[in-house]
Amino acid sequence: MNIHEYQAKEIFAKYGVPTPRGIIAHSVEEAVENAKKLGGNIWVVKAQIHAGGRGLGGGVKLAKSIEEVEKLAGEILGMTLVTHQTGPEGKLVQKVYIEEGADIQDELYLSVVLDRAKEMPIIMASTEGGMDIETVAEETPEKIIKVAVDPAIGFQGFHGRELVFGLGITDKNEQKNMIQFASKLYKLYMDNDAEMIEINPLIKTGAGEFLALDGKMGFDDSALFRHPDIEAMRDISEEDPDEREASQYGLSYIALDGEIGCMVNGAGLAMGTMDTINYMGGTPANFLDVGGTANAQTVAKGFEIILKNPNVKAIFVNIFGGIVRCDRIANGILEATKMVDVNVPVVVRLDGTNAPEAAEILRNANIENIITATDLGDGAKKAVEAAKGGK
Amino acid sequence: MSILVNKDTKVIVQGFTGSEGTFHSTQCLDYGTQIVGGVTPGKGGQEHLGKPVFNTVKEAVKATGATVSMVFVPPRFVADAVMEAADAGIELAVIITEGAPVKDMQMAKAYAVKNGMKTIGPNCPGIITAGECKIGIMPGMIFKKGNVGLISKSGTLTYEGANQVVNEGYGISTAVGIGGDPIIGLSYKQLLPMFEADPETEAIVMIGEIGGDLEIQAAKLIKEQITKPVVAFIAGQTAPKGKRMGHAGAIISGSAGTAKEKMDALEAVGVKVVVSPAEIGKAVKEVLSK
Repeated sequence: MNIHEYQAKEIFAKYGVPTPRGIIAHSVEEAVENAKKLGGNIWVVKAQIHAGGRGLGGGVKLAKSIEEVEKLAGEILGMTLVTHQTGPEGKLVQKVYIEEGADIQDELYLSVVLDRAKEMPIIMASTEGGMDIETVAEETPEKIIKVAVDPAIGFQGFHGRELVFGLGITDKNEQKNMIQFASKLYKLYMDNDAEMIEINPLIKTGAGEFLALDGKMGFDDSALFRHPDIEAMRDISEEDPDEREASQYGLSYIALDGEIGCMVNGAGLAMGTMDTINYMGGTPANFLDVGGTANAQTVAKGFEIILKNPNVKAIFVNIFGGIVRCDRIANGILEATKMVDVNVPVVVRLDGTNAPEAAEILRNANIENIITATDLGDGAKKAVEAAKGGK
Repeated sequence: MSILVNKDTKVIVQGFTGSEGTFHSTQCLDYGTQIVGGVTPGKGGQEHLGKPVFNTVKEAVKATGATVSMVFVPPRFVADAVMEAADAGIELAVIITEGAPVKDMQMAKAYAVKNGMKTIGPNCPGIITAGECKIGIMPGMIFKKGNVGLISKSGTLTYEGANQVVNEGYGISTAVGIGGDPIIGLSYKQLLPMFEADPETEAIVMIGEIGGDLEIQAAKLIKEQITKPVVAFIAGQTAPKGKRMGHAGAIISGSAGTAKEKMDALEAVGVKVVVSPAEIGKAVKEVLSK
């Protein structure tokens, strides 16, 4: 689960990680009010959406007067912001964060993520703040410092020293500030079961202090049960409504831009099915894992969600029945076709336990748009043909 | 021969009396697995499926001599259960539970390693030595005995792969579902050398997916240590970046962990890489008839 910048900064504040002062606004009036509350003579109006690249997309603007805050908030609120992370459809901006202007002397990068190879969190830092870290990693990998922290010992002095000397920070006071900053960030990462925290940029002010100018946080979904405060930060409007609906029924769904709807049991086989469709010259319209216990209800829901996508020209149901017997799944599919009006060809491949009985059931049902397949390759091939209008 | 488990392996089940534990323990017993008891705190002294129930793993190990534990406890208690098993001297914990917090598994795995306990999973179908011992949730009847070892991050792709191997007239020595979480126990790196050393295994199928770099590590190891033919499939060539594809660990972060990068690395060390899982059986036949 991801949260907004302003929410990440609320958590930062709780842990004493310094940030500029700011207040969230849902309307132009609130934006103006907040700017007045913050005082000063320079503000930043920042669109709050769950995607990076907001600045380049025109969602982060500097205001030098209250009038300008009003004008910019009016422009940004309600706009559809397109960035390299939102996809071409963009995201609707419903909130803006009004933040005091900061005295930026230097821009750095700092993040905490899980290093899967080391099986522990690493703190990543770079002097190349404000740039896309992927680009830095590609072009100047030597400018990225990685410090792994074993949770068994926690953040120690040597971790801090590796970090500040790596960043070339020589001033004693600045070293101390940066070490404290990183230590607090590590603690809040661990305490909250975060999956990643990214601060880009982290700025150094003229006074030698470090501030989180941006803040991005994601959390381990499996650990949310012990963080009701974080779960409460969930912004449903940022999530894909179809993915969300699917997850409420125990289905894992991700929309893609192809023509063949896929309904599969198991995440690996679901990806493998997409890959096979692609290999056979077709294009998958979605990833859909119906889970280990595919029954009439879940299959019906699967059809419903797949068919919401107007690009779908055929559906490939690919189930490897293990503990769940294929004959039961075949009956489930027949029932599901009664619950949902399936108006495209459906290629069904059922393999595993009781597969012959299942094939018999589907044949006897004699439903015109159901095409049976004998194995994965055969099914994918038939689905590709069906999508092209052949039989 | 086989790897890790066989007909003599004594198994206890943590989370024995729960609905999942009960259902799958019954299936394992039917397959012939030597389940010698189970652990459910508070139910010690009772009998379940004709086997004794214990309050703690220590008691269970002392009374039964079990060396392997199959773990079905709910996600929020799974780390505790795994560490208890390690503390009690269990040699291998097979963790079926899905949805364990990453931080918990990180701690549990570090403790298991420190205590010399191997782990498989979490979020995996388990391990099966065909015709001898099934510890997990896979449909046993697919796995006909034979000489192909199988390692897979995905449950249903394990069945798909095994089924194709069997349909081509071969069979499975041992199949291990290693799970698709960000932190897992035994992986290709540990299992490939075990299959290399197993006289019964003549070829190895490895099924991977996007995310992380375990398959890249495997490629390096194959180059140095593996002489038996390896067939590989990597799921997720058509997966979009930055999206979690069902498994918690199946995500392309930035530009790292793509299927192509893994396929290229494996191909470069002589692995027979197939583009579709539908080709696994044929590829096994091809490498074994050389």
